[in-house]
Amino acid sequence: MSYQLPKFRHPELPVNDLGYTKADYEGAISTLCAGCGHDSISGAIVRACHELSIEPHKIAKLSGIGCSSKTPTYFLGKSHGFNSVHGRMPSVVTGAALANRDLLYMGVSGDGDTASIGMGQFAHIARRNLNMVYIVMNNGCYGLTKGQDSATADRGSASKKGDPNIYSAIDLCGTALQMGATFVARSFSGDKEQLVPLIKAAISHRGFALIDVISPCVTFNNNSKSTKSYEFVREHSEATGTIDFVPLHKEITTEYQPGHSHEVTMHDGSSIHLYKVDESLNPFDRRSAINAMEEHRYSGNILTGLIYMNLDSRDLHEVLETSHRPLNALDEADLCPGNKMLLNINASLR
Amino acid sequence: MKPTDIKNPEYFHKVVDCQYACPAHTPVPEYIRLIAAERYTDAYMINWQSNVFPGILGRTCDRPCEPACRRVRVEEEPVAICRLKRVAADNKSDITERLPAIPKIKNGKRIALIGAGPASLTVARDLAPLGYSIDIYDNQFAGGGMMRSQIPSFRLPLEVLDEEVGYILNMGINATFGIQVDSLKAILDKQYDAVFVGTGAPRGKGLNLPGLEDAMSNVFLGIDWLSSVAFEHTTTIGKRVLVLGGGNTAMDCCRTSRRMGGEDVRVVVRSPFAEMKASPWEKEDAASEGIPIYNNHVPKEFVVEDGKLKGMRFEKVEARYDEAGKRTLVPTGEDLVFMEADDVLMAIGQENAFPWIERDLGIEFDKWDMPVVNKTTFQSTNERVFFGGDAAFGPENVITAVAHGHQAAVSIDLFCRGEDVRKRPPPHVTLASQKMGVHEWSYDNAVANDQRYAVPHAPLEKTLKDRKVEVELGFDISTGYKEAERCLNCDVQTVFDELRCIECDACVDICPTDCITFTMNGAEQELRTRLEAPAGNLAQDLYVSAELPTMRVMVKDENVCLHCGLCAERCPTTAWDMQKFLYNVRKAGE
Ligand SMILES: Cc1cc2nc3c(=O)[nH]c(=O)nc-3n(C[C@H](O)[C@H](O)[C@H](O)COP(=O)(O)OP(=O)(O)OC[C@H]3O[C@@H](n4cnc5c(N)ncnc54)[C@H](O)[C@@H]3O)c2cc1C
Ligand SMILES: Cc1ncc(C[n+]2csc(CCOP(=O)(O)OP(=O)(O)O)c2C)c(N)n1
Ligand code: SF4
Ligand code: SF4
Ligand code: SF4
Ligand SMILES: [Mg+2]
Repeated sequence: MSYQLPKFRHPELPVNDLGYTKADYEGAISTLCAGCGHDSISGAIVRACHELSIEPHKIAKLSGIGCSSKTPTYFLGKSHGFNSVHGRMPSVVTGAALANRDLLYMGVSGDGDTASIGMGQFAHIARRNLNMVYIVMNNGCYGLTKGQDSATADRGSASKKGDPNIYSAIDLCGTALQMGATFVARSFSGDKEQLVPLIKAAISHRGFALIDVISPCVTFNNNSKSTKSYEFVREHSEATGTIDFVPLHKEITTEYQPGHSHEVTMHDGSSIHLYKVDESLNPFDRRSAINAMEEHRYSGNILTGLIYMNLDSRDLHEVLETSHRPLNALDEADLCPGNKMLLNINASLR
Repeated sequence: MKPTDIKNPEYFHKVVDCQYACPAHTPVPEYIRLIAAERYTDAYMINWQSNVFPGILGRTCDRPCEPACRRVRVEEEPVAICRLKRVAADNKSDITERLPAIPKIKNGKRIALIGAGPASLTVARDLAPLGYSIDIYDNQFAGGGMMRSQIPSFRLPLEVLDEEVGYILNMGINATFGIQVDSLKAILDKQYDAVFVGTGAPRGKGLNLPGLEDAMSNVFLGIDWLSSVAFEHTTTIGKRVLVLGGGNTAMDCCRTSRRMGGEDVRVVVRSPFAEMKASPWEKEDAASEGIPIYNNHVPKEFVVEDGKLKGMRFEKVEARYDEAGKRTLVPTGEDLVFMEADDVLMAIGQENAFPWIERDLGIEFDKWDMPVVNKTTFQSTNERVFFGGDAAFGPENVITAVAHGHQAAVSIDLFCRGEDVRKRPPPHVTLASQKMGVHEWSYDNAVANDQRYAVPHAPLEKTLKDRKVEVELGFDISTGYKEAERCLNCDVQTVFDELRCIECDACVDICPTDCITFTMNGAEQELRTRLEAPAGNLAQDLYVSAELPTMRVMVKDENVCLHCGLCAERCPTTAWDMQKFLYNVRKAGE
């Protein structure tokens, strides 16, 4: 009996610009159910961070409560982490991000954690455009508490032991768009080809980047009447197009066919290439994005890929005009300008 | 690629790297697990079935299995497979009850075996239990061939040799020792149903250098000298000894010299140190006994004064390589180097010699004067005469001789029953799930991170005094257990069932060595470029499934799979299962 990860890795694992292999971005061995979609998303996060050569100590991973929120233990074992309270990850990230703007904030949540108890926090963090990646591992149920329907379960969908759901579903991408999110994408745990570049783009985006990842719960919600099963999602998903992420300073090696692909330069200088499949969607136009989502919902399909991105996004720090140096790096002299300055300020207000 | 045919026994056989590399295809991981379970006698018998001499080989085998061990592809050192075999031999209980019964009533077929080395003894072991009457002829005073005459006792104690040779000679074999066969015709005339030639490669090669004639009384051929030591005709050697040659015979010569009175013993070899033929461990052992190795020295002449050997002169050379990697030794132009010597041992190679085989018996000989022998059946061009061991294709080693012996026995049995010797019997194979529970397997699937354990040696003060004191002490039970745990159980196969797979990627994500990929199919060369991790080891196969519902296939690169079973533990649908694959080469009459 094992349940421990062997130390050995593939001897020729590629190293990134920092000299690290993918193994340096792994975490502890997962204790989730065998086949849980969440583990694949963890794998995609490991791959994206490795390929982007992000220094592990420059990342903070934060989560709420749920199977999904447990996953930060299983990736980025050398990064900072905070497993917070149910539905409250957004406020903890907000505090952390304000104190130290230099870290990459990777929020991980579940559909229960986000769309039920955490709905209020989610709405506001999207609206404030906090600079973070917000990944929802969306399985349409409360996995950790044994599979009750969550608020993202589709009307009529039934979990393994449950009756068809009688309520209408919350669409987190739609909600985020309404709330003013500046990067919105949807993907599927079983499609790393799509998910990894989306995570990279979300990391490069400055502002709030939501990726709603459908992630089947093999134990409670992967049955034939569920719309969040591996089989259903594979059959009903329609990609907006494919996306290729090219980090800053990396040579573009793929040949892009003019006309079909769209190159976008991101805030940090990296670029993404979109090959649109669905011509009706313009992911840089919010109205078009909202329409496309509605269309797909109507036809019973799941729209995946990059749905919306605002290239002029201004994140919370820019809006608040906060100090460029992280607050935690400011000392007393910086924070307390002295009596003379105070008198000046007071005088200006008289 | 086409879906892998796992029904073909050779597919999974190849995954068991050590067993595949073993000429006799000993089921290595199976016996290693038995050692870990302290079932030494069972472990011994598995070996005995395959390689006949577990105690001997556990000390002396050339171990082609070890460089093949999967472990060297993920870390530095292979499992100490060979020395674990010795653990089984050292700790077993009496095995006589387990030896095959020898029928009282014979089958009426008479076989002659010429030479009593490992090749002939293996033929005897396989045929005697089937009722064959077997006559062995050998020119030494006891059985074992070069295992007795050449391999020094400090590597292979006589008791171990006698015990394992005895198991066979006690099978009602009629062995005649001390007899030189000088005519194959005479043997054939005795109306044997088949004759097996296992006479080895008994002739040592020499160097005819200036001064040799005068130095003759102090210059010996290595293998002749070693057998004369083994048979106690020689009991001393001079204080200063030069051993010429860089193979294992040279190593045995120099180490034996150190025990026979040699104080300044040197090995002098033409090639660079790294290219010497001797196994690395033999070189280490010689070094630890204070024997320097002078490389890049080509022997030029014997120096004799007053009719007495004084030493030798050598030319210093340097190895140069052309574009094709071919080596030439180019003199450096320095003065010849003189080394003093009382005695010189020439250990530069061995060859076959068949002066006793008449050339009109229907046995064809090739341009190197070697018999033409079929590589699979070991039959010569005279259908009644079979060859094996060093006699067949030149000097190799004990385990190769054993492997030849098994196959020759199969052929002899087929031949005597009037069947086609080319129709080889397929191996015995079984494949059985090891699943006991969600995280439980009937093998210990946790991968031990331990580095290879070293076998302890007896102190030099003791071993250099007496050539019969064994140098290696063998693993004790607890170290043996720890070393056994390093085995990755490569025979417990990852077996994939595409009908069950839901393509959740769990196996891909958990696999510590990135063996598994789900992707579109393609030609092998191209497919190898699209896998999760580099797949450049073309000697290792790709396991490819039939097409899955997403039109992709599962591709597993067997190269660095740790057989940890995590893929199967993480698979929600048991599409992966860990199944033990037992492969046994079929022996005569099975
Ligand atoms: C110095 C030295 C050290 C070695 N060390 C090792 C080692 O550590 N490990 C290893 O695996 N291998 C080792 N080998 C090689 C190994 O001993 C041989 O490859 C192996 O013994 C070959 O077996 P065989 O049955 O073919 O013949 P042999 O073992 O050579 O046996 C042939 C027998 O036939 C007899 N014979 C020959 N001609 C006649 C005749 N005309 N009439 C009657 N009898 C005859 C010989 O005297 C001998 O007894 C070593 C070899 C040498 C020279
Ligand atoms: C304040 C609070 N309320 C309720 C719970 C019980 N609880 C634990 S996890 C969970 C739902 C988790 O669902 P989701 O976020 O979708 O995660 P999943 O397990 O499905 O990945 C609930 C309701 C809790 N831990 N804390
Ligand atoms: S209960 Fe569901 S969500 Fe939780 S680990 Fe198991 S499969 Fe994943
Ligand atoms: S047994 Fe499975 S998980 Fe383990 S190394 Fe092999 S393929 Fe990977
Ligand atoms: S874990 Fe099992 S079901 Fe999932 S992809 Fe691997 S083999 Fe298929
Ligand atoms: Mg959930």
